[in-house]
Amino acid sequence: MTDNLQLNSEGKLKHFLTIEGLNKSLLTEILDIAESFIGMNDQQIKKVPLLRGKTIVNLFFENSTRTRTTFELAAKRLSADVLSMSISTSSTSKGESLLDTIRNLEAMFVDMFVVRHGISGAAHFIAQQTAPHISVINAGDGQHAHPTQAMLDMFTIRQIKKNFSNLRVAIIGDILHSRVARSQIQALNTLGAAEIRVIAPKTLLPSHVESLGVNVSHNLTAGLKDIDVIIMLRLQKERMSSALLPSESEYFKCFGLTEDKLKIAKPDAIVMHPGPINRGVEIDSKVADGPQSVILKQVSNGIAIRMAIMAMAMQKQGVM
Amino acid sequence: MSQIHIKQGRIIDPTNNINRIGCVYIADGKIVSVTNQPAGFKPDITINAHDQIVCPGFIDLSTRLRQPGQSRKATFSSETVAAASSGVTTMCLQPDTSPIIDTPAVAELVKELSEKANYPQIFPIAALTRKLEGTELSSMLSLKQAGCIAVGNANQPVKNLLILRRAMEYAASHDLLVMFRPSDYWLGNSGCAHEGAVATRYGLPGIPEEAETIALAQCLELAELTGCRVHFGQLSCKRSVIKIHQAKKYGMKVSADVAIHQLHLTENDIIPFDSNYHVLPPFRTEADKQYLRQGLVSGTINSICSDHQPHDIDAKLGAFPETESGVSSLETLLPLMLKLVSQRSITLEQGIASLSENPARVLHINSGALTVGFAADVCIFDPELEWQINSDNWKSQGLNTPFWGQIMTGRVIHTLQAGKIIHCLEKLG
Repeated sequence: MTDNLQLNSEGKLKHFLTIEGLNKSLLTEILDIAESFIGMNDQQIKKVPLLRGKTIVNLFFENSTRTRTTFELAAKRLSADVLSMSISTSSTSKGESLLDTIRNLEAMFVDMFVVRHGISGAAHFIAQQTAPHISVINAGDGQHAHPTQAMLDMFTIRQIKKNFSNLRVAIIGDILHSRVARSQIQALNTLGAAEIRVIAPKTLLPSHVESLGVNVSHNLTAGLKDIDVIIMLRLQKERMSSALLPSESEYFKCFGLTEDKLKIAKPDAIVMHPGPINRGVEIDSKVADGPQSVILKQVSNGIAIRMAIMAMAMQKQGVM
Repeated sequence: MSQIHIKQGRIIDPTNNINRIGCVYIADGKIVSVTNQPAGFKPDITINAHDQIVCPGFIDLSTRLRQPGQSRKATFSSETVAAASSGVTTMCLQPDTSPIIDTPAVAELVKELSEKANYPQIFPIAALTRKLEGTELSSMLSLKQAGCIAVGNANQPVKNLLILRRAMEYAASHDLLVMFRPSDYWLGNSGCAHEGAVATRYGLPGIPEEAETIALAQCLELAELTGCRVHFGQLSCKRSVIKIHQAKKYGMKVSADVAIHQLHLTENDIIPFDSNYHVLPPFRTEADKQYLRQGLVSGTINSICSDHQPHDIDAKLGAFPETESGVSSLETLLPLMLKLVSQRSITLEQGIASLSENPARVLHINSGALTVGFAADVCIFDPELEWQINSDNWKSQGLNTPFWGQIMTGRVIHTLQAGKIIHCLEKLG
């Protein structure tokens, strides 16, 4: 179902919901098209007319600054009309169902939904229910997937490391609750990374995590050996209150990335983080702002990747 | 009352150890003979059961008909027709209606609704605790006197073990069967899928099998302490079967059932985010499924129930974790049981016993057999008739089945309840 839903009859992208079911050549195509947009950032006029006359609705049921802003900028640089809506859960609990919200917006003749929702499967559900001409881009659903984040991370890795085949990547932190990690793991495996290691205490790892195609370590010092790419994940404060961890300080002691720990990885290892970062909780400021950090590069690349994905998903309407 | 002659069917009656081609004679709502035609028997109706199986009507230990309170999902009139067309002649109703079956007045209302529907015999299960809140005991004796056959807390937890102990002691004092769907509230952690590889891949909150086995172990200990007669419903995993097996070996008065769909589907069958697969307890692994089947063969698991939970369309329209759990499953009960037979997991006799004789024994009722003198609850089915699950054939108001559109093999032709024909398949095919 996953692949059928995302691809049209010619195998082209229709929705972008998850990395699962997309092959290497399609992921590479996304990266290549994003590459062609990257030069635009330096131009006087940062716009192309690819989506002129199209209406894109950013539908954010969960808070976000970075993702929403880069989606909005990406749409504007493609010359689309953009409407950004923040829908708190309280307004949906007033009685209007998710489906009714979608139906109402459909009635306003939109062409694309960019959806962030706190429940796994929400983007799939919208893609199944929405009118056939509308594309759905998943901007993060529950603990399931955040495929545009994963692709901008792949883009950043490729920019610096050129290819994936020899790369050893460590993903550190709250894998259990992370849609970013799930999408990154699928993308890295599809693009042929040599090894993916997840490093976290057992309380922050989902059961059967190895079945995702990763090696597991509970020790940061041992886990960082020979690593080319370090991906830190954000630690939510509520993990302490739900008894998954004893304290921020103990977490930082065990799993926080410091300059000393960073030295264990390969000397040219890069440090990534999907943001927003918790300085002094999962990452030391010196590392976050240090020479090996590419965290802000990720943010810049987010625009190009989202432009590429939005343009590709609209190609059925003859935009590319 | 009329006399009915069921002619030349294959009679399978596990209680009386019958498996042969023959006739069943019914008069005044009762079985009068399964051998020779009684003297003076003049049938008003003759049912030709050639090439069909004649067996006791099915007894379903866990159903929800959604009335009172949720008639947008289903009603007695829609669901009793579905039950009759599925060969079900007796059904137990879970207490989580609205209002909850925790007072004699609600139990009587349910009885009244069932009498109006005039179809299968309906036994309400009374709430074990008031409002199912797990804090105060319900008036179990009054509820029993109002027609409730057992007590249970449906899907709601009794978090405080002292209250659970007292509830079981009180139930035991009145010789009431306590029915549990074992599930630890905290370990369940509001999950919606089996905690395993599939839930991990799709980011679905998982329910570990320990949520079931730990709750089961606690109830078994309390059953031992209180001498309470306990039935565990809708088991989902291997280690639950092992625990029941050990308890029975030890001589405890426990019984167990499994929902029919648990014997066929696993976590790997879940079509990602298709809410028709959202069921509690969740579909688990292939090993669990095989062990549940073996439990049925060994007798560790006594019976198969439908765990029928019809829903309105809106209840299943949403992102998977947000949808309501449950399958509309009365009408797949027989064909899915027959599928177990065709897959050689169980024999036809075992399958029929698990739907009739065994649940009758769990409930201590004189039913589930074609014994002379018993009420004539009879199911006559064609084991080879194929039919498709579609809106033409489906009777339940709840369309929520993962088997929608599939071809099923085996269909009920006639159902008799106390000698009255409550279902007759008009058009074959």
